Amino acid sequence: MDLKDLYQEIILDHGKNPRNLGKFDNYNKDAKGNNPLCGDNVHVYLRLNENKKVEDIAFEGHGCAISMASASIMTDMVRGKEEKEVKEIVTDFLGMIKEKDSLETKILKDDEKTKLMSLSGVKQYPMRVKCATLSWHTLTSALDNSDQIVKTED
Amino acid sequence: MNVDDIKKEFPIFDDKIQNNDLVYLDSANSSQKPRVVVDRIYDFYTKEFSNVGRSVHYLAVAATNLYEQTRVSVQKYINAKDKDEIVFTKGATEAINLVANTFGQKYLSEGDEVLLTELEHHSNYVPWHFLRKAKNIRIEFAEINDDGEVTLEAIEKKITNKTKIISVSHLSNVTGAILPIKQIVQLAHSKNIPVLIDGCQGAPHLKLDMQDIDCDFYAISGHKMYGPTGIGILYAKKKWLEDLPPYQGGGGMINEVKKEGITYGELPNKYEAGTMATAQVIAFNESIKFMEKIGIQNIEKHEKELLDYGLEKLRKNNSVNIIGNPKEKGGVISFTIKGVHPHDIATILDEDGVAIRAGHHCCQILHDKLNLPATARASFGVYNTKDDIDKLDEAINKCKKIFNL
Ligand SMILES: Cc1ncc(COP(=O)(O)O)c(C=O)c1O
Repeated sequence: MDLKDLYQEIILDHGKNPRNLGKFDNYNKDAKGNNPLCGDNVHVYLRLNENKKVEDIAFEGHGCAISMASASIMTDMVRGKEEKEVKEIVTDFLGMIKEKDSLETKILKDDEKTKLMSLSGVKQYPMRVKCATLSWHTLTSALDNSDQIVKTED
Repeated sequence: MNVDDIKKEFPIFDDKIQNNDLVYLDSANSSQKPRVVVDRIYDFYTKEFSNVGRSVHYLAVAATNLYEQTRVSVQKYINAKDKDEIVFTKGATEAINLVANTFGQKYLSEGDEVLLTELEHHSNYVPWHFLRKAKNIRIEFAEINDDGEVTLEAIEKKITNKTKIISVSHLSNVTGAILPIKQIVQLAHSKNIPVLIDGCQGAPHLKLDMQDIDCDFYAISGHKMYGPTGIGILYAKKKWLEDLPPYQGGGGMINEVKKEGITYGELPNKYEAGTMATAQVIAFNESIKFMEKIGIQNIEKHEKELLDYGLEKLRKNNSVNIIGNPKEKGGVISFTIKGVHPHDIATILDEDGVAIRAGHHCCQILHDKLNLPATARASFGVYNTKDDIDKLDEAINKCKKIFNL
């Protein structure tokens, strides 16, 4: 285990200054997620336009550097993507965090993949995986219009 | 007391954990176990095992005697009047649920109030919340002050003529505040209100004398007292245990069972339905002996020294903010570091073998009040040394470095 893998510069940067933090007015989908073990929570807001494209996305919440960075990078990455593409990215990301060594989706550019891979350090810290995945599960829930609050027990 | 010798009695410190010497600062969560306790469980299972209270063969009688010996040890340790005032449970949580459930059944109805405090553990809130749902009772919370303590006045302020029971912590597992429980009991009794003390954090660290405190109920967690998991104790004045209905139904707690009806067993069996955590109860006797051997006064003194040293050290560390400043405080230091989330603190400290807890410590009401989603917490036990605190301080500095503070 190496803390440097976990706390890479990019994570510290996004953790400290999360992008897309806040709420905007004309969102049409949203969902909440929380981590009952530690009390961290996230609320994802997004606007899908008539072409099912993510026109805007933002989040509110509080949590550790990993969870804030993950939400920050995620929101940056899916803005402008189509719903279908977003779902593919989410699946690919969660697969990478769970077991795969790399990202496979063709939707993301190489530099975007590098950015996402900065979160792969959590694999060595099983207790912290849920910090990285909470906002992603919450994004899925928002897209699916689920009223269920996402909990990070899986 | 010689801490180095005491530490040697705990096998967990024999080996490195993830290549580090273990700096265990999570005893408020659960304490480590001395060898005598672990060995007792092994010996019981390998040489003496039988179920208690049911058969007449040699092993069954011997096991029953051992089981009952722990009851007497606990009775003496906490100075209860009668051994039948000691009920074994699976933990403090079950002890509190037992009281909330049975007292609630018999004495609470719509509009009645239960008085808690803002610093209660979820174990001393959720069981009462069940009654709020089932019986439409109200729950009131005595407020904490800026120092993270709950004063007698804060309790008094919330007592009304609807208050039917008061249930408060002995020692806060977050701010470390020691509540004036004796005065609270006096005040409550002057108004005919019974009092339950959640003694989870009190029992491992403070002298207990049920005659002096005079509370009606006192809940204890065995695993925080150098004992096994799966054992807790409910102390209750005999009049209550005789008066209240049974909690769980099953074998062992009955007198006579007929198709037409059932009569319940005598104390203490009335509240111990089914096969209990026999081995753990028997081994818990060793925990009591272990603590008696060191002496609770010595434990208190040692932990106070650690606390003073820890507070001084962490106060000097810039960016560390200590939660609460109670005048009477036990060996718990909760803190935050500006710019580093408690979970990140805990992960980074763990890398150096410093085990602390991060989160809301099952006290969300308190954290909401403090307006903090989470805190980091270092808590002490008999095996901790000033060196442990120095290592904590160093690890905090490493944290600050990683986060460029
Ligand atoms: C103040 C307090 N109350 C209740 C509990 C729950 O005790 P147990 O684990 O024995 O059920 C704890 C322990 O986490 C505690 O610290």
